[in-house]
Amino acid sequence: MNIIVVGLSHKTAPIEVRELLAIPASRLRDALQRLCAYPSVREGVVLSTCNRVEVYAVVDDNETGYAQVQDFLAVTHLSLSSEQLTPHLYWHEDDRAVHHMFRVAASLDSMIVGEPQILGQLKDAFEIALSHKASGIILNKLMRKAISVAKRVRTETKIANNAVSVSSAAVELAKKIFFNLGDKTVLLVGAGEMAKLAARHLISQGVQRVRITTRDSRNAIELAKQFNGVPVPFDDFRTVMAEADIVLCSTGAPHYVVRPEDVQRAIRQRMNRPIFLIDISVPRNIDPAVKDIDNAFLFDIDDLETRVGENREERTREAARAEHLVAAEVEGMTRWVKSLEVTPTILALRERAEEIKRVELERALARLGSLSEQERAIVESLAQGMVNKLLHGSLVTLKSEEHTGSRALYVEAARRFFNLGEMTGRVREDPESSCEMHEDPTQQSSVRTGGCAAESDQLSGESKRDI
Amino acid sequence: MAGVFFMTTLTLYLIGTGLSLVYLLRRSEILPRFVLWVTGVGFVTHTVALVGRTVALSQVPMTSFHEALSFFSWALVLVFLLVDFRHRLHVVGAFILPLASLSLLSAAALPKGDPVLQPVLGTVWVHVILSILGTVGFAVAFVAGLMYLIQDGLLKSKKFNVLYSKLPPLDFLDHLNQQAIVMGFPFLTLGIIMGAISAEFVRGSYLNWNPEQTWALVTWVFYFIVLIGRLTVGWRAKRAAYLTIIGFAGVLLTFVGVLLKGHGPLT
Repeated sequence: MNIIVVGLSHKTAPIEVRELLAIPASRLRDALQRLCAYPSVREGVVLSTCNRVEVYAVVDDNETGYAQVQDFLAVTHLSLSSEQLTPHLYWHEDDRAVHHMFRVAASLDSMIVGEPQILGQLKDAFEIALSHKASGIILNKLMRKAISVAKRVRTETKIANNAVSVSSAAVELAKKIFFNLGDKTVLLVGAGEMAKLAARHLISQGVQRVRITTRDSRNAIELAKQFNGVPVPFDDFRTVMAEADIVLCSTGAPHYVVRPEDVQRAIRQRMNRPIFLIDISVPRNIDPAVKDIDNAFLFDIDDLETRVGENREERTREAARAEHLVAAEVEGMTRWVKSLEVTPTILALRERAEEIKRVELERALARLGSLSEQERAIVESLAQGMVNKLLHGSLVTLKSEEHTGSRALYVEAARRFFNLGEMTGRVREDPESSCEMHEDPTQQSSVRTGGCAAESDQLSGESKRDI
Repeated sequence: MAGVFFMTTLTLYLIGTGLSLVYLLRRSEILPRFVLWVTGVGFVTHTVALVGRTVALSQVPMTSFHEALSFFSWALVLVFLLVDFRHRLHVVGAFILPLASLSLLSAAALPKGDPVLQPVLGTVWVHVILSILGTVGFAVAFVAGLMYLIQDGLLKSKKFNVLYSKLPPLDFLDHLNQQAIVMGFPFLTLGIIMGAISAEFVRGSYLNWNPEQTWALVTWVFYFIVLIGRLTVGWRAKRAAYLTIIGFAGVLLTFVGVLLKGHGPLT
């Protein structure tokens, strides 16, 4: 019985293929049912996000397991054949599969390393598999471990500490100027994509008052609806600037729209309260001389890019630390999985019984003093007989369960009953064997939807930088 | 016995100061916890030393510079512990603790002074304590102003270093600056009033323009203007930071001047 993972991700497959394979949360239950129907699949978890679709499974043997899981993936979409799929897939088994699972959970395999979405998505995938009993003793333990490893990585490394997109860098800077963004006002000058994205980020961080001005007033009215803000006539925006704590500028104008005297006047009216100006336009729309004005903090696109670059470097360094952490955890888990094999368990059980027998016999014989050859033989056979009879049931059961879905459960139980060691932790599992699908429609509602929002948002931030 | 506690406190504060200065330049999760523990224990021994001396003398020990400085240091550490606890603002230790340590170090260098028991001056310690608490407020405003100017400079020059990541947002520091003055000011006001009342008892006049009284009044007027300026014409942010730094520097200079002239605080 082996652990495998088959899947594809942003690293191996273009969006066109990923979107065909993606399994929406509403259909995940059926998918798990279909997966578990394959004869070789003992346990399964399906993780489907906008950047990856992968199947973790416990299978009887790798070859057939790979084939069946690949078939499962190919059947997901009618227009896909197994052959078309093959070049995009990756396959991992045993410790490499566990390693992959831990890396995915820790966001080390993500498009933006350290992004927080994937852990939630993995938790959801696991919960659905758990509630439908698609995952069993092995995947349950591995998934839980993956989640705890991911949490360790987040707390013990700085992998997710800093902003790595231009718009989140703007938010990060805003938070170094203003303690509470909730009572601050944003003035959006122009309707460039990057500025809108940054405004959206600021709003998600609590900013409530939004003022919008564009040369074309219809555009401002339209945007005001989107952001729940107030449109301001373009000719008046300099007077409104005194109210704004954050000014986001990205118009298509080829000249400076905001001049030092505008900012100076605004700061005077604000009684020296700081003002944060972000110029995302190229060519620039805010006169760089503004940066010399006290209490005005001007950042242009290059400043933000530099900040992002520095943060990326730090993230890469932290990712290396995280990799070490993950590798160490994988080792422990692999040892546990190996201990679930039947043959070594039977051997360990016999050895343990022999050891007990030998010690007890020695002690008894020493106390009995001089015995005749015959008496000695009787005592020894008594001990041997008891050991054999006591073990018989357990050994027969273990052997008979070797090729069933409950094997891991029996092995685990035997190891704990007889204290056979090599356990990395206790397992509290439902004794029912896994991969039996149960009707439980209520569980569906726990699925998070739109889990890709933040990641895709960050991505759009990256891709739209040239605007 | 109180002497042992005093020296233990001094050692702990110095260690806490050293650690918090290291924390300023290094990323560490554990250092601030060490700082908090070391200074926390120091604060306890300090309290024991102060209470011990009060009990031993059967009066509040506020008659010498040694005692005034020791109490000033104690109050500063209390403020640090509160701010660190409440706002998880570890970096503030690197600014307040050196001040507290320096103050206690000066106290150690000065003679303890024999308690002068004057029946008339039985409640003069109230005046001293109030004035010191007012000064603590201005010291905190000074620290906030200093941090403000550093963070302002880092943001302006776009140097996103370790210090930048640790310092709190600008408007938080500006608010801290304001709060510290708002809290320190009434203490100083009451302290001056109590001082005037004591002076009337001793010398027969409320105001006799000796250096301490003069400077106390100058300080009072200065911070009064700073406060009014903030409320009416927007002396906040960078300007408030500069003003509070100048103000506290003035307080320190006065203190050193009076000390060098050999006056006791209550002469």
